[in-house]
Amino acid sequence: MKRVVITGAGTINPLGHSVADTFAAMREGVCGIGPLDIRDVDRLQIQIGGQVKGFEAEGRYNRQQISLYDRFTQFTLAAAREAIEQSGLIFEGELAARSGVVLGTAGGGVSTWDDNYRAVYEEGKNRVHPFVVPKLMNNAAASHVSMEWNLKGPSFTVSTACASSNHAMAQAFMMIRSGMAPAMVTGGSESMLCFGGVKAWEGLRVMSKDACRPFSANRNGMVQGEGAGIFVFEEYEHARARGAEILCEVAGFAMSSDASDIVMPSKNGAARAMAGALKDAGLNASDVGYINAHGTGTAANDKTECAAVADVFGPHADNLMISSTKSMHGHLIGGTGAVELLACIMALRDGVIAPTIGYEEPDPECALDVVPNEARDAKVDVALSNAFAFGGMNAVIALRKT
Amino acid sequence: MSVKDQVIAIIAEQALLEPQDVTLDSTLESLGIDSMGVVESIFAIEEAFDITVPFNANAPQESDFDITSVATIIAGIERLRAQQATG
Repeated sequence: MKRVVITGAGTINPLGHSVADTFAAMREGVCGIGPLDIRDVDRLQIQIGGQVKGFEAEGRYNRQQISLYDRFTQFTLAAAREAIEQSGLIFEGELAARSGVVLGTAGGGVSTWDDNYRAVYEEGKNRVHPFVVPKLMNNAAASHVSMEWNLKGPSFTVSTACASSNHAMAQAFMMIRSGMAPAMVTGGSESMLCFGGVKAWEGLRVMSKDACRPFSANRNGMVQGEGAGIFVFEEYEHARARGAEILCEVAGFAMSSDASDIVMPSKNGAARAMAGALKDAGLNASDVGYINAHGTGTAANDKTECAAVADVFGPHADNLMISSTKSMHGHLIGGTGAVELLACIMALRDGVIAPTIGYEEPDPECALDVVPNEARDAKVDVALSNAFAFGGMNAVIALRKT
Repeated sequence: MSVKDQVIAIIAEQALLEPQDVTLDSTLESLGIDSMGVVESIFAIEEAFDITVPFNANAPQESDFDITSVATIIAGIERLRAQQATG
């Protein structure tokens, strides 16, 4: 089996328009959640979110591109550029033929659906723009990345709600590990902070009206965010031969399905995914220094996740750190695992653990070291990134320092 | 139909019971309504009475709407109707 490393990272999210800005914000415990600035916000019960600010399509993309790029594709392309430029890879010849793009998204072009439903239902129009379908389709972002950087190998989009990015990155990892591809562009993107996208979540009654406070006893729900995280995964020897800078190794992963409930999380399913990732990576539980939690800030997720960590890690659960950066950037749904992988990379490379901000009151059911409110310096050799989706589909990725 | 009868009809439908099996003292839990059923019942109540019910599934006990029993739900609806009628 081949070893897999990360040689490029890029992002656009509520904390920053680059990896460097995002790391700086995570170190400072910046909150990227605030009042939503969207059409008809006054008709929403939930009026906060982790919105990407200062990102205008105009000026960044031309008119024809804008007619084809939903906001989730715009985020993807900007993050992919940062990641691919950092990797230094030029995709041509055999490398281009065998390298591909696997991305995650839960909703795809939600704003495009929203805008065009408005046009036909609310405004009574009988005609929509010719490119509505290619703009909103879930694979649009992956396709545009493939076209922009000449990636001609295995390419597709994975959609497993809040675990989409982790499932996508797991596919890219497997392809390189098996020798199918020398490099893959992977990660995920989401942009559903529009009236319909927020209204749908509102219906579930699990959203907070004021803040995302994972693990805190007074937590009252999740907060939506938007953005993208994109990475270049590369076969280790390939990266070494060209002298590429290696950010960290992708050591292993595991997926599990709860097979129990469409929305309620399962301790057993989460535990099986974490234990499976350790086993796949050939690691012991005691090797893990940091877990980037799924940590949505809902009553159900946080206590279930902490119980699963206790089950998998036993006494070592009290020695490791676990934080939820959703407290800062919100829940990026299908893009969340990709942006959260950045916190793991920061822990491994810079020795800085991103905090769980908004932490106010200990919860006996979440009695772990959740790195409350302030980032911490710590040496970490192995980090896990958890994603547990609605539908009971879980994916956990293990990263190792190189 | 009275508020009481409407609420009982909504809850009975959610619990897959006959209305006569639902009493004022019944709790949603005793009727076998789980957390998703609670959220659906509240949605049905909002639609039936044209009100907005303040309810967060993360902290039902802190919501300003008591879902302990059928009787408390009816009282909550009557209060909200009075409050929201003018608004």
